[in-house]
Amino acid sequence: MRFTLNGRTVDVRAHPMKRLLDVLREDCHLTGTKEGCGEGECGACTVLVDGEAVNACLVPFAQVRGARVTTIEGLRGRRRLQEAFVEHGGAQCGICTPGMIVAAAALGRRPNLDDIKTGLAGNLCRCTGYSGIYRAIEAAAVPLRPARRRGARGKRR
Amino acid sequence: MKGARKAHATRATAVVGHPVRRKDGLDKVTGAARYIDDLVLPGLLYGTTIRSTISRGEIASVHLDFDTTGFTIVSARDIPGKNVVSLIEADQPSLADGRVEHVGEAILLLAHADKERLLDVRVSIDYRPAAPVVEPELSPTTFKEITIAKGDLGRGFAEADLVVEGEYRTGHQEHLYIETNGVLAVPGDGGITVHGSLQCPYYVHRALCELLSLPERKVRVIQTETGGGFGGKEDYPSVLAGHAALLALKSGRPVKMVYDRAEDMLATTKRHPAIVRHRTGVTRDGHLTAIDIEVLLDGGAYVTLSPVVLSRGLLHATGPYRCDHVRVHGRVVKTNTPPNGAFRGFGAPQTQFAAEVHMDRIGEQLGLDPIQVRERNALRPGDTMATGQRIEANGGALRVLREAARRTRFRQRRRALRGTDRGLGVALFFHGAGFTGSGEVKLRSKATLELTRRGVRVGVTATEIGQGARTVLAQIVATALGIPYEHVEMPPADTSLAPDSGPTVASRTTMIVGRLLELAARDLKRRLRGRTPAESWRAHGPISVTKEYTPPPGLTWDEEQYVGDAYGTWAWACDVAEVELDRDTGIVRPLRITSVADIGRVIHPVMARGQMEGGTAQAVGYALTEEVVMRDGRMANAQLTNYLIPTTADTPEIDVVFVERPYRNGAFGAKGVGELPMDGGAPAIVNALRSLGADVRAVPATPERVLDALSKG
Repeated sequence: MRFTLNGRTVDVRAHPMKRLLDVLREDCHLTGTKEGCGEGECGACTVLVDGEAVNACLVPFAQVRGARVTTIEGLRGRRRLQEAFVEHGGAQCGICTPGMIVAAAALGRRPNLDDIKTGLAGNLCRCTGYSGIYRAIEAAAVPLRPARRRGARGKRR
Repeated sequence: MKGARKAHATRATAVVGHPVRRKDGLDKVTGAARYIDDLVLPGLLYGTTIRSTISRGEIASVHLDFDTTGFTIVSARDIPGKNVVSLIEADQPSLADGRVEHVGEAILLLAHADKERLLDVRVSIDYRPAAPVVEPELSPTTFKEITIAKGDLGRGFAEADLVVEGEYRTGHQEHLYIETNGVLAVPGDGGITVHGSLQCPYYVHRALCELLSLPERKVRVIQTETGGGFGGKEDYPSVLAGHAALLALKSGRPVKMVYDRAEDMLATTKRHPAIVRHRTGVTRDGHLTAIDIEVLLDGGAYVTLSPVVLSRGLLHATGPYRCDHVRVHGRVVKTNTPPNGAFRGFGAPQTQFAAEVHMDRIGEQLGLDPIQVRERNALRPGDTMATGQRIEANGGALRVLREAARRTRFRQRRRALRGTDRGLGVALFFHGAGFTGSGEVKLRSKATLELTRRGVRVGVTATEIGQGARTVLAQIVATALGIPYEHVEMPPADTSLAPDSGPTVASRTTMIVGRLLELAARDLKRRLRGRTPAESWRAHGPISVTKEYTPPPGLTWDEEQYVGDAYGTWAWACDVAEVELDRDTGIVRPLRITSVADIGRVIHPVMARGQMEGGTAQAVGYALTEEVVMRDGRMANAQLTNYLIPTTADTPEIDVVFVERPYRNGAFGAKGVGELPMDGGAPAIVNALRSLGADVRAVPATPERVLDALSKG
């Protein structure tokens, strides 16, 4: 079956009722998408299908025929968001992180805190209490000012 | 300490206290980090577990009602060594042999190369059921009993103007790490290598040696990237690793076992439920004269870590308060539920929930506000605790209490909220860092540093479970050695490469293992005699330094009498919680928690804050929504649909403030932080409910419990 995976057209043979999550992990060898619950509650398996965040554990493979599927491995142009997760404590154990970042990427470039909370309500994190995740997304949304790097050094004095 | 900081004040190397980039950051945000379920090997088999469906009884017969071609099957009879999960007591079998003690107990193991075939497995088991014990109060079997006594209780009560009594209850809690338990066992060379999501590689190592009857050098345990632990991967991985290893040895092929969520919730350990009774003597002006506490913990079917959980629970049971006459007595008993085990806080969240709600009730009866009653009694430098441990000159609970009251303008805010549906509550708490009593002495942890061509490689089996151990330990080494942080290599924990630096538990990694590495680095620095690692390597080749734990001078502990220094040091904290109550539905919305914490020197500000925020969120779940429904010893809600951990919508704003009072025997002055935040959230939230007229004495404070409390109020 043909679909677009991380920007490239691919043809993958798998059972049409196989979970998209398993197709990605087992047939496409993209293990960045994680399984946390298998029941659509935790969001660790979040991927983008035609730009929308979905739980890959709930999507049968047949449903992505002809669609654009984006996983953490193919998240292009969002490096700043990913870097912000490292810098601001958005990732601890890291297992929810790929899904969290993919879901955050679907929020657009400048979400406010309410947008973030609503948009990520389907992504569970047990480590951070979400605060570090909010800080990371907010930091990535703000244009980088040259003064910021000096600020970190100035603190040391 | 100050001199050391001055000596390494170069910008590139003195990274303690600075938010350096976490070592595992990039791999985690790009999806490149490899967790156990991401590993595949040629010839891999997938393992599954057949479990007891009853909570107590004898196994009469087992029938395999499916085509067993291509399956590897393991029962208790296939165990080469002792059929035990080796930990404290040898009471828990790896596989049930003739009888079962809880639902979910493993009876049979199966493995097949085709995952799908595992779905066809049909095994019917005939039991001769026996009546299970599900109520801890009715249990005839005590696993452990401990008494702590100080002064003369009779005299203390005689001095009291008032006696306040109360009973408080806490339920099970599921860890709910987002990555379930999983291991991969690879046979070879007459031994076994186990890769896994785990906290304590040497616990697993010891358990495997005993189960498989293999010498130490034939067993290797390697931690894979671990998607959360919280204590849930302290004791349980020894069970699972044993199962995968048995299948791997019998089949001669690698075997992977990764639980699905339902199995993980049904079969693995939980936090011990507790019933805590307080009887407290107090003077009219609010001074405690006598504290009498009775603790009952539900241990589940096997001992696992219960004796130590009880010990820590009791040592924290008074809360951070001074009193001359104290008796704390507790038992942990057997019930026919899956064994309860380690969970962040380890007994202390249960007992401090009771202590802090009780303290509010004492204040209410005396007409003192929550800050006043705590101020009168908070431990101060020079005071002694129930075990006689003296509070250090820079220790005690008063400072964090006052800072929390000041920052939140507690009294003003509480007055302002009067008559609204918003309430404000406080909890003052402490947490002993490191193993209890003589635990650290018995562990004799070791840490190694090996020179590399450009820096140093760290040899420890402290595990990175998200808390940032890899980064923090590297910061400590870089700073003590005076080399760039980037030149400190942190390989995965591997028992064949690194010595036993003790389990990654008990808020001990930064303080204890970090200290060992700090000392090793200082030693190595002396041996470098001013050369850089690269220069030394070129001239002399490899050098390695190993340090072993020795207790700080002056620490004493009497295990029999429960007298002395229960912990090397204590972290102190105060939480203030603001909540909103819907009086019609009983739904409580936590709005804001301010947490003021003294964890000694902060090594990495972003990660330390992350520990406080994450632990506080976990405490919010414990306080309000996380209810394990046990029906006849079986978890009835073993799924995320109805076991509710906080989402973004349920988690309050969390404001973390550090009061840094360095501990002289911790790495660069650090104490422990991991467990501390778990202790305070629940009582702070419940006390906020008290201020709204809901006399809640148990968590989780579900809407049903809250409505019930309101109707009685």
